[in-house]
Amino acid sequence: MNVDQLYETLSQIPKTDLAMWQDVFLKFYRAWFAEDRWLNYFEGLVTTIEVTIIALIIGVVLGVLVAMIRTAHDQQRPGTHNFVLGFLNGISQVYVTIIRGTPMMVQLMIWGFVIFATSRNFTLVGALGLGVNSGAYVAEIIRGGLMSLDPGQMEAGRSLGLNYIQTMRFIVIPQAFKAILPSLGNEFIVLLKDTSLISVIAGKEIVYAARAIGARTYEYMFPFVITAIMYLIMVLIFSWLQGKLERRLRRSDRR
Amino acid sequence: MIDVKNLTKSFGSHVVLNNISQHIYPGEKVVVIGPSGSGKSTFLRCLNLLEEPTSGTITFDGVDITDPKVDINAVRRQMGMVFQHFNLFPNMNICDNITLAPVQTGLMKKDEAVEIAHALLKRVGLDDKADAYPAQLSGGQKQRIAIVRALAMKPKLMLFDEPTSALDPEMVGEVLNVMKQLADEGMTMVVVTHEMGFAREVGSRILFIDGGQVQEENSPEEFFSHPKNPRLQDFLSKVL
Repeated sequence: MNVDQLYETLSQIPKTDLAMWQDVFLKFYRAWFAEDRWLNYFEGLVTTIEVTIIALIIGVVLGVLVAMIRTAHDQQRPGTHNFVLGFLNGISQVYVTIIRGTPMMVQLMIWGFVIFATSRNFTLVGALGLGVNSGAYVAEIIRGGLMSLDPGQMEAGRSLGLNYIQTMRFIVIPQAFKAILPSLGNEFIVLLKDTSLISVIAGKEIVYAARAIGARTYEYMFPFVITAIMYLIMVLIFSWLQGKLERRLRRSDRR
Repeated sequence: MIDVKNLTKSFGSHVVLNNISQHIYPGEKVVVIGPSGSGKSTFLRCLNLLEEPTSGTITFDGVDITDPKVDINAVRRQMGMVFQHFNLFPNMNICDNITLAPVQTGLMKKDEAVEIAHALLKRVGLDDKADAYPAQLSGGQKQRIAIVRALAMKPKLMLFDEPTSALDPEMVGEVLNVMKQLADEGMTMVVVTHEMGFAREVGSRILFIDGGQVQEENSPEEFFSHPKNPRLQDFLSKVL
């Protein structure tokens, strides 16, 4: 007997006469198999992954840019003051302060209902909001990594006649990258999970699909458990990849 | 070669170097000694502008390097520096540590730099470590490689900032030997150190810095046998 036949049989029985497992089965069937609903989750999953990737790119680009500006500003030769750098540094500080000082969901609502109120492309607006949010955190993580490196490394590079950019590129950034990889990975996991918030501005990702299915079947347990499992699997895959990368970068630490 | 005029450096209200004037001639081996906190390291770091002097001028080969318009990177390419904590780049193997600067600054092509790296490594007896990473080496080996890294830029002058202070006692000798070799070849050197034996043997002139000023300078023989400044006498009686 396949699941469809089992469902047909069981759904004839009055609810009060159902055994526990039969009741659970019916709920699961409605949340997954009925009307090919499992497709809705996977459509949501695709959106989630798309949003994550777009937001990741925006976040990393913004984060690197802001971290570079702020670090370069702080590491200027004493006495010299570059006006353009000072201006950009000011903007960066305001950006980081606002983003870190306000809730993610409020930011998304401002993006979706105020700034892009007329746009119908909720997914892209959501990705933009998440990316801009992530950028501020990534910037602080990168800046922390650049600052935490022994200043002797920068001094050694400069004393050899390399300029600031060359020293950053060949010496400081590769080492800082290795040091910040765990926190960067953590931030990416947070970002991946935060994509669930774009359902508040009607972005059609997994949570949106799960809520729609729950509303149709009056039963929310399985839609949300399925959603949770999907996120968990994505995070596990990502953590595994991150672990592999970290082990590769640790080659130079071997003794 | 280097002319230091009225060099003053203060961190906030704390004056570290107070109006130092010195001249370093080509081929000289100037050894700088003094108690900790006396400003001797700061003096050395001012010479290649790792520390920005608060006032005064430093002229290297006729160029005032304290002038903000001077290309400081071009100046630094001609001065090698060796640090107390080696500061090798842990993300690169030894060969890349040595060849990075010569190649990136356009001084030489990659294969030429590698050749020079191997030749220099042979001289310090570490050619077999070319593919190793810094974390795999002992302190003495790291410092010898740091010296090689500076030499690969073919500097006119070498600055040593307490090169043996972070080493186990048994490794001090191997680093000092490399420095002696270098001195014998006629390299101009400024060395901040606590190794009095090295100062006496290799130095052509010794400076005693205390309280941000050069309290006494003399040839090694005079410096150690007839110290005049009471603070120097006190210092030498403690360290010798």
